[in-house]
Amino acid sequence: MGAKSETWLWIAQRASAALLALCVLVHLLTIIYAVRHGLSGAAILERTRGNAAGLAFYSLYVLAIAVHAPIGLRTLCQEWLGWRNASLNWFMAAVAVALFAFGLRAAWAVFV
Amino acid sequence: MNMRNDYRSRNHPAWWAFLVHRLSGLALSIFLPFHFWALSQALQGEARLDGLLRWTEQPLVKFAEIVLVLLLAAHLTGGLRLLALEFLPWRDWQKSLLAFAAGAALAAGLAFALAL
Amino acid sequence: MDMLQVSVWRGAASGGYRTYEVPRQESQSVLDVVTYIQRSIDPTLAYRFACRVGMCGACAMTVNGVARWTCRTHVTKVAKGNAIQIAPLANLPVVKDLVTDMREFFDKWARARGQFVPSATRKDDFARVASDSPGRVAANAGIECIGCGVCYASCDVVSWNPDYLGPAALNRAWTLVNDVRDRARRERLAAVAGDAGCHACHTHLDCSERCPKSIAPTAAIAGLKRAVALAAWKGEL
Repeated sequence: MGAKSETWLWIAQRASAALLALCVLVHLLTIIYAVRHGLSGAAILERTRGNAAGLAFYSLYVLAIAVHAPIGLRTLCQEWLGWRNASLNWFMAAVAVALFAFGLRAAWAVFV
Repeated sequence: MNMRNDYRSRNHPAWWAFLVHRLSGLALSIFLPFHFWALSQALQGEARLDGLLRWTEQPLVKFAEIVLVLLLAAHLTGGLRLLALEFLPWRDWQKSLLAFAAGAALAAGLAFALAL
Repeated sequence: MDMLQVSVWRGAASGGYRTYEVPRQESQSVLDVVTYIQRSIDPTLAYRFACRVGMCGACAMTVNGVARWTCRTHVTKVAKGNAIQIAPLANLPVVKDLVTDMREFFDKWARARGQFVPSATRKDDFARVASDSPGRVAANAGIECIGCGVCYASCDVVSWNPDYLGPAALNRAWTLVNDVRDRARRERLAAVAGDAGCHACHTHLDCSERCPKSIAPTAAIAGLKRAVALAAWKGEL
């Protein structure tokens, strides 16, 4: 990949990291709240069903993950597996799409 | 081939911070698909989700959850440390950012564990 | 008299450690030890040194697994009991015994555009640069580098990524990026961006830990990341 593309990957990684910092903080607090106030299927769905703000939040969260994780994994594969050619980029793009799709599906599943 | 470095040159705090950050990121990436799958089971109705959640009541699973929360907190605090190192003007005290990061991560993990 | 058990790498890419017994002195550097072996025990030992007083960086070797200047490493600081292991610098091809081929190190320096490109001619007046201006302070933090290779030998990313330019080359590039008299900023930022450049640094801080001149290449590389990102954002990369 060229210098310009690599630079934009770096920018995307740091930007998604900053966004995730906020999302993870909210998520951790939510988890602790949920643990205290009921972890049964009914209790969770009662809080998430019809919660548009929650859906919006988790969609954004999933988008940030879909950007952040593959870029990080890509570096790991390059350095520790010696996998450096174009096929790695295609694979990671596929991982990004898969994470986004499955993540959105999960967010939707607890919304409807 | 060239001489390689071993643990003797790597045994310093910033290197451990890197390793924790990379391995926690890898572990979380592997965990996520399972997490998304589990939540998607709600599409098949509340009972299905409930059944899965009952499965997570087992002590071993609860322990794994604590580990996951610790990994997430560690990756977060380690990442914030990196953002500070890369974007803030360089100061020597930034080396002790690692201590703050580790402490914060531990605190988050404990908060989760104690909430159980 | 106490005898040091000194294990020294003999050979090139393939070879092994050979142990020598060296009389232990009260004031003795690791370079003294290597010199003793070559002069009094085994004249076939190959090693590099020049100034012997911590100015040239030629004597850098791996001592008990850590890259150091051997002329400035006191035996008492590194000896494990009476044992010392001495090897050539890591991440560089071994020519013979303790001597490495430094060409790749300096080639990468050139690839990072670590050369000053003047914007003025002899007909222009001197440039006036305030020594406390942020750019000059940033440059000054890195210009004492003497190219000894210790940071390069200590860096894991250099080990894992053969194309990585390395901390010294990137540090030099940063000093020039901050030099107001230089006019190759755009080409230099393009040269240090990417997988082989500043973006490959993961802040292990091995370089900053080991630099004998207390330079922090990690800080320089972080600066390059910011400068490159800004250039890309403005469409100047």
